[in-house]
Amino acid sequence: MDFMMHSEQQNQLEPTQAPVERHSHNQWNPYVDNGGTSLIIAGKDFVLVASDARQSVGYNINTRYDPKAYELSNKTVLATSVCSADAKRLCEVLEQRAQLYYHKHERQISTQALAQQLSNTLYSRRMFPYYVFPLLGGIDAEGKGAAYSYDAIGNMERVTYKAFGSASALVQPFLDNQIGMKNQRGAEGERMLTREEALRLAIDSFTGAAERDIYTGDWLDIFIIDAAGVHKETRELKHD
Amino acid sequence: MSIMQFNGSAIVAMVGKDCVAIAADKRLGQRALTVSTDFQKVFPITERTYIGLAGLATDVKTLHDRFRMRVNLYKHREERTIEPKTFAHLVSHMLYERRFGPYFVEPVIAGLDKNNRPFVCNMDLIGCINYTDDFVVAGTADNNLFGMCESLWEPDLGPEELFETISQSLLNAVDRDAMSGWGAVVHIITPDGIIERELKGRMD
Repeated sequence: MDFMMHSEQQNQLEPTQAPVERHSHNQWNPYVDNGGTSLIIAGKDFVLVASDARQSVGYNINTRYDPKAYELSNKTVLATSVCSADAKRLCEVLEQRAQLYYHKHERQISTQALAQQLSNTLYSRRMFPYYVFPLLGGIDAEGKGAAYSYDAIGNMERVTYKAFGSASALVQPFLDNQIGMKNQRGAEGERMLTREEALRLAIDSFTGAAERDIYTGDWLDIFIIDAAGVHKETRELKHD
Repeated sequence: MSIMQFNGSAIVAMVGKDCVAIAADKRLGQRALTVSTDFQKVFPITERTYIGLAGLATDVKTLHDRFRMRVNLYKHREERTIEPKTFAHLVSHMLYERRFGPYFVEPVIAGLDKNNRPFVCNMDLIGCINYTDDFVVAGTADNNLFGMCESLWEPDLGPEELFETISQSLLNAVDRDAMSGWGAVVHIITPDGIIERELKGRMD
């Protein structure tokens, strides 16, 4: 059994190691991890999308307000995580494709169609992926809250709740417990939250994440999407 | 993956009102292969001090034996039982003795002192102590545990509330970690005695 690891596999720091600065002769890397966390919760007739706004590289904070969640239209919001540059480009491309759809079909693209379009866009870059883990929120054809989660190469799933990003390990078990009702005897399956409950859980998730994850903090953008449109609010998180 | 993640574990300790709780999962594995589902990771040191050892299972067993010997020696020399804080320093010293060839464990210590005040701390594998007045976590599900504890824990929980909080924190944390789980054991330490409960969990 080999207990020792190959140095190129070693991305995470081991407890016995000091942080090592990576130098340019290590070969250029097209990707960068900018940290940050995104969250989505689907309700009966609404969907909540939340992202923190800190953008960092290593131990440096580039900016305290770089929104990771984008309003694509008056009924869809795209939340991203990991590589900020790729996220911004992906958002542009998706907006372009939504525009193209509008002019071709003379109506606005539906949430389901946009969700599939996002998957296709990601998979079209299968060999040089956008380093982004998107969450798409909107209202579906029946007026229900629709939340979609993706991996970087377009694997898509409709979900009721999901957390992605640097604090996803902190937030996802909490959502499993509070929305998925996991490990609670007598509870039957996933809960449909009210707006107030969803908002409270999102805020609790992010205050907890900002407390322990150095890449999550500063500001929290919360979008609530319903039949009336997109409602956005920005709250403060820890700045340290 | 490092040697600290070889066997897999999840340990958490929490402070309540005049009580403390310590809980651990029961899995023993070799990387992704589960070998045993009733491996003990939390050990009683005195009647009101417990230690949880996360990390390499062979070192967990070795250290438990060594702690038992040192605590027995203390009892004979001093003619009194060791206080949780004193025991924490004993553990810390024994780990730092092996500064350049460490035991691969992250200890979590929970207990009540002689005035029934809660004591909780954890340390790294070379014995750097971290005292807290809320909760400490260790093992392969540490991030998951931090997320759960940070949102579920609140000050001044009674023994039964603390049991519910620590159990939900542990079970939901290990369900998102492939290296830990397969049931859990919870110890609530109160001035009146120990409440020990075994939890069933997901077996996957």
